[in-house]
Order: sequence, then structure tokens, then C-alpha cells
Amino acid sequence: MPALQDLILAGNRVQHHVPVPRAVVAPEIWTSATERLAEDHWTLLDLWGDRGTVHMALLDIKARYRGVISLECPDGRFPSVGRVHPPAIRLERAAADLFGLLPQGANDSRPWLDHGQWGLRSPLGDPMPASSESTRYRFLESKGENLHQVPVGPVHAGIIEPGHFRFTASGETIVRLEERFGYTHKGIEALMEGATLDRASKLAGRTSGDSTVAYAYAFARAVDVALGLEIPGRAAWLRVLMAELERLANHLGDIGAICNDAAFPLMHTHCGILRERVLRVCDGVFGHRMMRDQIIPGGVANDVSAEGQKLINSMVVEIRERFPDLIDLYDNTASLQDRTVGTGHLKANLAKQFGAGGYIGRASGRDFDSRRFFPYAPYDELNFEVPLLQEGDVNARVWVRIREVEQSLSLIEQILQRLPAGPHGVEISQANGPREASVLVEGFRGDIHVWIKIAEDGTIQRCHLRDPSWFQWPLLEAAIEGNIVADFPLCNKSFNCSYSGHDL
Amino acid sequence: MRMLLLKSLLKSPLTERPPEVSDAAVEELAQALHRASRKKLGRSLSIRAIDAGSCNGCELEMNALSNAFYDIERFGIHFVASPRHADVLMITGPVTKNMCDAMQKTYDAAPHPKWVVAIGDCAQNGGCFAGSYAVMDGVSKVLPVDLHIPGCPPRPIEILRGMLSLLESASK
Repeated sequence: MPALQDLILAGNRVQHHVPVPRAVVAPEIWTSATERLAEDHWTLLDLWGDRGTVHMALLDIKARYRGVISLECPDGRFPSVGRVHPPAIRLERAAADLFGLLPQGANDSRPWLDHGQWGLRSPLGDPMPASSESTRYRFLESKGENLHQVPVGPVHAGIIEPGHFRFTASGETIVRLEERFGYTHKGIEALMEGATLDRASKLAGRTSGDSTVAYAYAFARAVDVALGLEIPGRAAWLRVLMAELERLANHLGDIGAICNDAAFPLMHTHCGILRERVLRVCDGVFGHRMMRDQIIPGGVANDVSAEGQKLINSMVVEIRERFPDLIDLYDNTASLQDRTVGTGHLKANLAKQFGAGGYIGRASGRDFDSRRFFPYAPYDELNFEVPLLQEGDVNARVWVRIREVEQSLSLIEQILQRLPAGPHGVEISQANGPREASVLVEGFRGDIHVWIKIAEDGTIQRCHLRDPSWFQWPLLEAAIEGNIVADFPLCNKSFNCSYSGHDL
Repeated sequence: MRMLLLKSLLKSPLTERPPEVSDAAVEELAQALHRASRKKLGRSLSIRAIDAGSCNGCELEMNALSNAFYDIERFGIHFVASPRHADVLMITGPVTKNMCDAMQKTYDAAPHPKWVVAIGDCAQNGGCFAGSYAVMDGVSKVLPVDLHIPGCPPRPIEILRGMLSLLESASK
């Protein structure tokens, strides 16, 4: 049984790919990696296209090792991974749409992001003109007596992102849910090509608005490691401060919103107040409620004054004082528990197979957090726990997030106490030859993977951003099975996957 | 739960004073609104939100409008579930080609008189996504826009200010 490391050593190691290795491998090795994935020995972190090449990022949890393998496919074909390992299916369909790379032997050859509206095909490969005629999308069939379909979206009833959900129900019970996405596809990866670091950083920060810090962070880290920049201590700590503030704001908002979808608005109102407090403090300290464009390659855009630190501190004190009452409220309201306990159950083996990140994985027993697993500075110097539950229902996902709120508060306190002095950024040196990097950063939703290739002139040659939602959305289809249609909003909110981050 | 409710009763409300209406926005709207429609609208506005490919930043701030600080419903402004009930279509995002059709259908489904409010920099001209093969570079490329509220994303108070000016000009 070859280790992931051996497999990568068997290929042609690519120079200047950091901090983990990338190797160009032969088709046999690609196929053997696929088999290892199918046998659940490794986790698929990502699969993405490039001109004439397909890449796969792999994780060996037991060995704490990750790396990238690449397969050259000049004829535009490669052996399908999704054929035996379902988590790869949508990524392959996306690579086919964007690059025209065709997975051989794939069970599902339907387009994914391409709805036939762009006026061209394979925009990132060899673009070909296409008629802008919308072609009918074939939804999967459900067979049985007395089944009916409920089509929902892309325009939903609330203030939510667009996506289509096709429910097949027997009475009230959902027999099958099929998702269709791509509605928010903006072509971010194409816009990245040839972009300056400054512009690319802004684009990365607009991949998924609720994770703007996490994306800017992931992109900046990729540039930092690719160019070998030494980030000053203060900058690294301020980045983590922002990342934790973002996690805090999102968790607070979503805990309330989940309860709201269970028709319990009191919790929503109080959580909404705490979320707003966080956003206002961020606005006061960083000049933007969501801290957009604050993390940049080389450091952070603005330093935080002593006064700013005081503002953050008093907000943390207030939340520490008021949040426990809300936890009690959640825990002691039987009618609310009745809705969340046992609803939307996600099996542990599926969470593992799909490498589900964030609270979705951690509520179903998958003990993975990239802050802990591949620690980046200064998480290795901070004390925090990664909450883990096994139940896998809406309730468990709420509890993981409640515990993560507490952890983020503690992390923010530690950062404020120990924030080192010094500069908040470094000048960026010109790239000396092509440079590549693959990094993971833990957003509130889970691990975000960013892969970049910087050209000799210092611009972005290729940048691929993989949202945690890629591996979480398919699991919602599984978790909803057997639930009633009316519980879908509750289950969906407890997952809270990103549409924009997924569609790019 | 009782203690929490009691505590809330004893505290003063968090809801803040409404913002001053911006002159520029009023002017833009005055041109868009007809006297007859102003009468019909009265002092209430129903909004149907359409995400036409935003990054979801604008949605977060639109949702914040309903929290205790802004409490948008006190002005008679509410978000509705169907375009059939809407006076205003509040559109975010650069308008992706994949959402164009759904946006147009939602617009067509709203009864007259109706107004289109474009929220955020992308909705104005595509923002940083302008020029992509997958976007239309702003709402006005597809639908007539009555009011732009710029920002990336605009703060809730800025959205509120814009909506209040829409109400004021509508009720004049």
C-alpha cells in the first residue's frame, strides 16, 4: 500500500511549488490515487483544470500529509475520478465546462456551471463560440408510486442566493433532492488570469462575501508562501484577529437564523443584535463592517490602534456576558429542540468520504480543522479547542457553532493580550521565475483551498479557489432524505453552504 | 426564556433614529416617479430581493436591515416572498448571464407600478467582475433602474437612507 508521499515521489516533482509538493504523474499513478480515494484511505481536497492539465489535491489524514498530483492530458481527456469517488463528480463537471477537459468513464456528463448562456464554450481552455440557446437540463429520475415534484428557485422566497432545488416527495416526505447551481457564476478564475496581485486579491475577497476575510487571507497566504515573504508577527496576528471576528459574526448570525427557520424568532433577534455589535466594531476598527480588502499579500492593509483594540475588547466582554443566556434559551426551549434534534441527519461515513469541512464535518464526527491540522502562524501559539460531535443532526451543527463562538471569543482575547508590536506588512518582491503555491485556510464554513501560479512578471497566471461548499452541498442532498419538505429551510440553514463561493 | 423577555422589556429599545434622506437619491427618484403612482403607493413599500449573482455581501446587509437596530418594518418597508406582491425589486450582483432569464421573469411577474433598486457596486456596472464572459456588467444593461445605492456592500444605513428617499418622493 503506497503512501501518498511515495506516490508523489514517483512522479516528476514540479519546482517552486510550495509549501507542499506537486508532481506530474503518469496515468497509472493517477488511477491508483483514484482507487485509494475510493477505498477511503485518502481525502480529496480539490480537483481542478488548467490548460491541458488536470490537478488533484490529496490529503492523507493519518500521515498528516497533503500534496498535489497533476496529469497532463493534451487530448483533453483524463480518467474520471468521480466514476469511483463521488465527491469529485461536480468538480469534474466544472472542469469540463470551464476547460473542456473530459473525464473518461464519468457517470454524469451533464454540464454544471455552464447553462448555455455564455455565448462560448470552455472559456478557460480553448474558447469556442456557442449559440446562447438554453438547453433543457435533465434532472435525475425518481420512480415510485404517487411521487410529486416541487421545483424551488433560483429566485427564493427570502433574501438568499440563487440556486435551484428539485424535490421529489411522497406526501410530505422528501424522497430525493437534486440541486442545480451555477446561477452566480461570474467567471472569477478567468478574471484572475493576468491580474495584478492587488486586483487578484480583491477578486479573491469577493468570491463569497460572508467569507471575504477568509478568502483574502487564503489568497494572501498563497502569495506569501509562493514568493517566500516573511510576514511580520503583528501582521500575522492581525490576520487571525480578523479571521476570528469573521467566524464570530457568521456563527452568531447563523445560530439565530437557524432558530428563525424553526419559527423561533426570539433567538434570531438576540443573536442578530450580537452579530450587529461585531460588525459595528469591525467598521469602527477596520473601516469596513466585513473587513473587506483588509488582508493583502505581505500583511494587512491597516494597523489596529490601541483604541481599536479596546473597542474589540469591550465587544467581547459584552458577548461573553450575554451569550450564555442565549445558549440557555436554545437548550431549554422544548419546542425548538423538537425541530432541531434528529432533523437533517448526516452520516459520519459520508462526512468522511466527502471530506466535509467546518461545522458540517465536525458535527458528524470528522475531526478536521486546518487551523489545527496544518497550523499556520500564529494558531500554533494560541490555545483553542476544536469542538467535535457525533450526532450529525441540525442540533449538533448548532452546538458545534455555539462552542466555536466561545473558542473564537477566547482566541480574540488571547490575540488582544499578546499582539506583538512592529510593522503590519512587508514590501512585495518581484517574482523571480514562475512560482506556485497550494494553501488551506480555515474559514467559518470550513477549509478553503487556494492554488496559484504566479508568472515571471509577478501577475497571476492561474488561480483556483475551492470553497468548502463543494463537498458540503452534495451532502445536503443526502441529509434531507426522509425529512419533510417543511424542514428543508432548517436543514439548509444548518448547512449554510455558499452559492457564490461554489459557482465562482 | 421569561427572564430574557423580562430583561428586554426593562431595557430601552436598541432601534435607532432614521437617517437623513440623501438629496442626490431624492433627485434621482423624483425623476423616476410619476405623480399618479405616488398616490397608489401610499406610505408602504414591498420589496422583492433578487440576487443576480452577488458575492452574498449585499444580502448580509439587506438581512441586517431587519435587526433590532434598523428595524426596517417600522417604516412600512418589508421584504415579501413573491414578486407578485412587490413594489420594488431590489437587485444585487453584476447580473450573471446564468441569472438573466430568472431576473427578467421575476421583473415581469411584479405588477405595475414597480421600481428597480440596484444595490452595490456590481449591480451598478459589474464592479470588479465587469468584462467577464459570464456577466452583463450591471442591472441597467437588462432592466430600467430607478435608484442605485453604491457600496461594496453598502452599509445597512445607506440602503435604509435610499429606501426612505424612495418612500418620501413616492408619498409627496
